[in-house]
Amino acid sequence: METRNITELDIHSDPFQIAGRTLSSRLILGTGGASSLTTLESALRASGTELTTVAIRHFSAAGAGNVYELLQRNNVIALPNTAGCFTARDAILTAHLAREALETNWIKLEVIADEHTLLPDPLELHAATEQLVADGFQVFAYTNDDPALAQRLQDAGVAAIMPAGAPIGSGLGILNPHNISTIASRAQVPVILDAGVGTASDAALAMELGCDAVLLASAVTRAHNAPLMARAMKDAVRAGRAARLAGRIPRRDTALASSPAEGMMQTLVGDFS
Amino acid sequence: MTSIGINFNSRQLNLDEGTTLREFISTQIGKELDANSVAADGSKLGVAAAVNGAVVPRSAWNSYLLAEGHSIELVTAAQGG
Repeated sequence: METRNITELDIHSDPFQIAGRTLSSRLILGTGGASSLTTLESALRASGTELTTVAIRHFSAAGAGNVYELLQRNNVIALPNTAGCFTARDAILTAHLAREALETNWIKLEVIADEHTLLPDPLELHAATEQLVADGFQVFAYTNDDPALAQRLQDAGVAAIMPAGAPIGSGLGILNPHNISTIASRAQVPVILDAGVGTASDAALAMELGCDAVLLASAVTRAHNAPLMARAMKDAVRAGRAARLAGRIPRRDTALASSPAEGMMQTLVGDFS
Repeated sequence: MTSIGINFNSRQLNLDEGTTLREFISTQIGKELDANSVAADGSKLGVAAAVNGAVVPRSAWNSYLLAEGHSIELVTAAQGG
């Protein structure tokens, strides 16, 4: 992408294309962890997101359709997930229910290995991916920060690769920036940094490493001031993206003066000799 | 009328024999559904159903007769992820 003439990022100069849609925001907000729907709605609006994840759970008349209606009211696209599934079988059933309920073939595929780490189970994840792609889903695969697995998922036909920066809800940031960068540089589909973001600089770093977007939830919904953190994340993702496109300077082992050496006064030059 | 026992979202319920899945879901979500299981008020339902672990598409709700021992799961979007 030729970026030399871009001075402002918008949907025209820098569209985010994913699974056949074009979005202007590269921040995807999860809805988990918010203390109330009012807080969630404020955070969603402050974040400027157009896409947000939801879980699929038992219907209860008491909470009937609250989240779904909230998203529809704010024109935010719902990306259902398979959170809580430990096997390909459960994830596939959940994905099919999500497609029926929300009338979308997009699914954020999560197949978790264990409750302690909440890290993906690579074998179950890959098996579920193959089946769901065959069933016509656009699979957004939540995966480990493993470039080899990311490649296998891409080969299986995912719409997006979503590597974890750190365990879900940990706020530890990006534990292996090199792997995230490797995944982003090799991928032919969008790479969305998912999980582990703790604060704005983590989101900016993800974009600087070459990710196409960032998905986060707890960092905003569990922040002391959720809407303010949502705004910070919006700015961080934009700043990180702009820095990536602008092209950072190479790292050097020694200093490189930015002021010219020519024209120095003789007496001062003499002081250094 | 004979009653049947079913499991609904991990609760035991008794229903009249001959109840269809469409009638049952209509009662649960409090919306009138036509024969194609489209809401009479035109709103999106935002729910999906599985019986005994298999998804029953909306188009099949009207002809799906519930029977003794059926396990029904009705799901919707919730905060998460």
